[in-house]
Amino acid sequence: MISEIPAGLILVAAGFLLPLVPPALRGVLGITAPALAFAQLVWIGSGYRLDVEAFGVTLALVRTDALSLAFGYVFTIAALLNGIYSWQAHRGVEQPAALIYAGSALAAIFAGDLLSLFVFWELSAVASALVIWAGGSSRAYRAGMRYLLVQLASGMLLAAGAALRYTETGSLAFDFIGLASPGGLLLIVAFGIKCAFPLLHNWLQDAYPEASATGTVVLSAFTTKIGIYALARGFPGEEGLIYVGAAMAVFPIFFAVIENDLRRVLAYSLNNQLGFMVVGIGLGTELGLNGAVAHAFADILFKGLLFMSMGAVLLRAGSVKATDLGGLYKSMPLTTILCIVGAASISAFPLFSGFVTKSMIMTSAAQEGYTLIWALLLFASAGVFHHAGIKIPFFAFFAHDSGIRCKEAPPHMLIAMALAAALCIGIGVYPAALYAILPLPVSYEPYTASHVLAQLQLLIFSALAFSWLMRNGIYPPELRSVNLDTDWLYRRLGLRLAAGADAVLHALFAACRDAAGVLGRAGQSALERFHGSQGVFARTWPSSAMALGIMLMLLAFLLSYYFA
Amino acid sequence: MSWLDHPENVARLYRGLWVFGGLLVLADLVVHRHAETAFDGWFGFYGLYGFVACVALVLAAKLLRRVVMRREDYYDQ
Repeated sequence: MISEIPAGLILVAAGFLLPLVPPALRGVLGITAPALAFAQLVWIGSGYRLDVEAFGVTLALVRTDALSLAFGYVFTIAALLNGIYSWQAHRGVEQPAALIYAGSALAAIFAGDLLSLFVFWELSAVASALVIWAGGSSRAYRAGMRYLLVQLASGMLLAAGAALRYTETGSLAFDFIGLASPGGLLLIVAFGIKCAFPLLHNWLQDAYPEASATGTVVLSAFTTKIGIYALARGFPGEEGLIYVGAAMAVFPIFFAVIENDLRRVLAYSLNNQLGFMVVGIGLGTELGLNGAVAHAFADILFKGLLFMSMGAVLLRAGSVKATDLGGLYKSMPLTTILCIVGAASISAFPLFSGFVTKSMIMTSAAQEGYTLIWALLLFASAGVFHHAGIKIPFFAFFAHDSGIRCKEAPPHMLIAMALAAALCIGIGVYPAALYAILPLPVSYEPYTASHVLAQLQLLIFSALAFSWLMRNGIYPPELRSVNLDTDWLYRRLGLRLAAGADAVLHALFAACRDAAGVLGRAGQSALERFHGSQGVFARTWPSSAMALGIMLMLLAFLLSYYFA
Repeated sequence: MSWLDHPENVARLYRGLWVFGGLLVLADLVVHRHAETAFDGWFGFYGLYGFVACVALVLAAKLLRRVVMRREDYYDQ
């Protein structure tokens, strides 16, 4: 019976139900619903389909295969971790919205046609905007509004692309699309917005850090990974993606180095990790595609862990700005250790998850002869360790002692972080478990002496570079600041253009009003002249003048009668 | 005062890291690294690349700051 309900809709239903159950039970529902969805996915397994008739077409509401299941598993795990992490946060709209968001993201993954995909794409966009707004500040409100506009634009492109495909091919099926097929370009841009392609990326860094301590954690898992999944389904082997992905992996790390808000640093680092996945999809090889999926799986866990640790810092210390923090390892030793596990995982230290997933993509790039791309990814790998692996734990927990003495993170947050950390290490130590659920058979061995040594050299010398720059005063100091990114185009330039257009329209309107005034006054004075009290038509004439006038008219009539 | 509050301990850690890095580079002599590209088989390649990449990253980011950095309340005005 339960297998007939799409897993995503279990979470969506739980989200709508959440405000109706007593507060004491909400935490339990927030955990059991994802657990149930996970169990259901394990139960139905691969090759399951659920078709429904709607709008005169057959919609594939659920279609499970290895690709969608891999994302489905990790989505339900992320929703479960989020349920534990936000155990005590059951106030207001955030938790219901988070469950609906997770559920619609899960349903989007299993959608077998573009119309169902579109419906859940939009539902997840609206629900995630609610999560951002639940942050509560006016900054969160404005950032959420900008975020929603971008997400809805992606949905519109998806709808347009799907419509074009339907009219051209008569099919809505969501399988391989390719750039050359009808609607391909629209769809790749729609997916690219979600994946945070360069220049389409800034909604991510703009909005995520404005959500609450718990909200950012749930946001980090889903939206971008729906994009990665859709790209892997629709555009594997599209060569352009290799270059797009490499650019994505490289440019955010420069911003991450100079960013002061540590959750925004993580948002840039998320963008950079997505770049690796996009390269893997672009390569389209067995190793590249598997690597992209494996890295998405690992990233949801380690990035979730890092965002959770920063959420705990925000909760306890009241800030996640590097300028405010430092020395927190004394107050929050467990959070410090768990954050370092996340940092080691994203940095791809041997025995941690990133080591066994990211290397698949890089090896594939090297094997396919993309040496420059490989070198860029290696640069990005060193950069990841630098800004996410070192900067995050260093400035939050070590650096100079800020004097902040706070409580350790609450138990439910520690449990969620510990579970995420266990999964990060579990994948790193026993990668075969993850490799077994990848879309294609895996014949890759991450643990060779050569690979371990190369990676350790890269990381230790990156750490040495950081320490050397720090000790010699070259490292840029943390400063209270904002850094302009593409959001400047609409937050400032767009605003100025709008203000300029407003001024021009105002001037135009004023000119029209003045011209109308002049014309009106001229007309009025003309009327006054002829019809006014002193006007020619308003004068009183003597009756003899009237008699003379009539006589002249009769005379003219008589004359014309005789001569005519 | 904890152990890390003493600058001499931090200096010890720093020196220890250099020693560890040096050992890793020397390990290139013992472990045969099978190269994935034309140049990553060179002696000490990954160590050098990691160090140079990070220094270049930080110096470039400092330049980037001159272009993009604004006051914290820039967008709030």
